[in-house]
Amino acid sequence: MAVDVSTAAAPAPSPGVAGRSLAIDVRGLEKSFRLPGQKIDSLKERVLHPTISRDFSQLRALDGISFEVNQGEFFGIVGRNGSGKSTLLKVLASIYRADAGLVRMAGRLAPFIELGVGFNMELTARENVQLNGVMMGLTRKEAARRLDAVLDFAELNEFVDLKLKNYSSGMLVRLGFSVMIQADADILLIDEVLAVGDASFQQKCADVFHDLRGSGKTLVLVTHDMNAVDAYCHRAILLDHGQIVHEGNPQEVGRHYLRLNFERGETSSAAQASAGGPAVRLVDIWLEDAAGERTNSVELDDDIRLRAIVEADRDTPAPTFAFLLSNADGVHVFGTATQLKREAGEPDLLAAGSRAKVSARILNPLGSGRYFVDFGVNREHSQTDNVIWVSKAADFVIYGTQAQTGLIALENEFEAVIEDG
Amino acid sequence: MSVAVRERDLPLRDVQGPSAVGGGSRRFFDLLLLISITDFKKTYYGTVLGYFWSLVRPAVMFSVLLVVFTQIFRLSGVAHYPVLLLLGIVFFTAFQEVTSTAVTSVVANEGIVRKTQFPRLVIPLATVMTGIFNLLLNLIPVFIFILAFGIAPMWTWLLLPLILLALIGVTTAVALILSALYVRFRDVAIIWGVMGTVLLYGSPILYPFDKAPEKVQTALLFNPLTPIFTQSRQWIIDPSAPNAVAAVGGWARFSISVFVYAAICVTAVWIFRREAPRIAEDL
Ligand SMILES: Nc1ncnc2c1ncn2[C@@H]1O[C@H](COP(=O)(O)OP(=O)(O)OP(=O)(O)O)[C@@H](O)[C@H]1O
Ligand SMILES: [Mg+2]
Repeated sequence: MAVDVSTAAAPAPSPGVAGRSLAIDVRGLEKSFRLPGQKIDSLKERVLHPTISRDFSQLRALDGISFEVNQGEFFGIVGRNGSGKSTLLKVLASIYRADAGLVRMAGRLAPFIELGVGFNMELTARENVQLNGVMMGLTRKEAARRLDAVLDFAELNEFVDLKLKNYSSGMLVRLGFSVMIQADADILLIDEVLAVGDASFQQKCADVFHDLRGSGKTLVLVTHDMNAVDAYCHRAILLDHGQIVHEGNPQEVGRHYLRLNFERGETSSAAQASAGGPAVRLVDIWLEDAAGERTNSVELDDDIRLRAIVEADRDTPAPTFAFLLSNADGVHVFGTATQLKREAGEPDLLAAGSRAKVSARILNPLGSGRYFVDFGVNREHSQTDNVIWVSKAADFVIYGTQAQTGLIALENEFEAVIEDG
Repeated sequence: MSVAVRERDLPLRDVQGPSAVGGGSRRFFDLLLLISITDFKKTYYGTVLGYFWSLVRPAVMFSVLLVVFTQIFRLSGVAHYPVLLLLGIVFFTAFQEVTSTAVTSVVANEGIVRKTQFPRLVIPLATVMTGIFNLLLNLIPVFIFILAFGIAPMWTWLLLPLILLALIGVTTAVALILSALYVRFRDVAIIWGVMGTVLLYGSPILYPFDKAPEKVQTALLFNPLTPIFTQSRQWIIDPSAPNAVAAVGGWARFSISVFVYAAICVTAVWIFRREAPRIAEDL
């Protein structure tokens, strides 16, 4: 195992937007909500506090959002819970009215928002499919004709006359997704469809996305599954507190997203709290294959090559860098640490404003499965003086086809022969 | 980045956001029809006697009030009182049922309103449509009763649609106001429950306008339903009764009801248009 630390360059800027004709054009979108708890729900409050409606505090759910999506492009929107993704889709779908800004769109729109397309739970699947068809602009006859296609795709033919309130949640999502796909719209807005549904349905979604990619349809996909963004989207944006904090290719946005997730709340040791924020930030962390390309998977027996870049906001004397691997069950399988490599006479210091690249090659005795990488930096070569600790900063899969099980892949010689005599 | 090539480029169009009617008139009317039909089915789904119930309610109310006002209070000097009472009650139940269903209608369709670009106006209007359908069906037995009571058909019966239009107009307006306000102020449902009783006794249904004391008459002038009941008495039941204008004592007093009626309609349009774009987020 070798860990070497050197100063690294800043990551490349994100690629620009290709100059194709646009499917969605959003400029300066703003949307505020009244803060919960201050909502006036009864006339009495309104009468007692006639002016309160003017001075309640506002929650800025969308704060100056501008982006463009080309026709035929698959566009990902990621962000933490409450960052404004669903709100954005609702404004695009004309469910919420924006306070300010401009939305333009080319073609017909089919929204699938917060796991549904707008069903009435008291009605049967048949009635709902018809209602939705009419809502999408079909005549009542056309909508009725579409029923079979929708039910076939959802594989819910037997349940056509069951009220939706008696559907299972997975069945509802199936039906909703199917209704949306069969609407044959030009722009699809999809919020969180991949979160529910069994394996066969997820496969179906994957197939649909694959087919749609060639068809010239535009898709806006909101999800928390970075692999999905990676797999389907041409481009993505990262929302945080109603603002676009990153725009670019899916891998990069995915990494920013993970960082956003784990930087908060994970770095609250007493030392930093008094000093105001962590002294060191994890800028990037990834896994490489033998050719130096970023990857998410490692073949059984191949080495695990971990890379991380950290930047110091304040001087950090005598830093120790650590990787810790755990498996999917949360068992810590391996941890390792190293100190700054330096020439004679150089101080053992990560100075404010400088970056360090941390690289580890780990000979891989691990069994196949999913693994998570924690990353941390300590000061003063101490075991306890934690500057940052980022749990699950990266994850990867070890795959292989050998007939063996267990936590680790031990070297073994193994044979079975017929015994003579 | 590999972007698939499509055959034709679609033009960009401004997205207007949610509204009361947006999305084309054919879509609007198709949705209205569809929701009305399903509403109607829903109301009687799971009941054994189905539509029969919409007859039973006014019939029971009529019987009780008839006994009270002819046997206990002995209202006298009103020609054909039972049929007058029946007609009034059928009109009033229609108004009452539509408006009280409309109060919660937008909230009841939450699933649709929160997830789709749905013309908001369709929802309360569908309640009105269902109400009109019920009313027309209920009027059949009412007219059978009128004939059985010995009132000969008269040409003024042909003016019934005018009365129905006036009734539907104010019903729709009130339905719009209530459904839009209820989204933000849940008290509306309770207030309207009480108002139902107030309006029943505060309209010339159980008694004709001229039998009410002076003070009550003044109050009745502010009720937009008053002209509907007084005029239907003359046109449908008793041609010798005064018309809506004469009954209340001249145009000046009559115009109060008309003014209130108009004010309600204007308010309805104003409130609903203002609230419609925000309904989804306030739910
Ligand atoms: N109708 C509403 N009234 C008040 N606040 C709202 C409303 N809709 C959304 N919000 C607020 O706006 C913020 C953004 O919500 P939104 O649903 O867009 O988040 P999200 O990014 O979709 O999150 P998640 O990943 O959990 O789906 C949240 O703080 C939410 O509470
Ligand atoms: Mg959401």
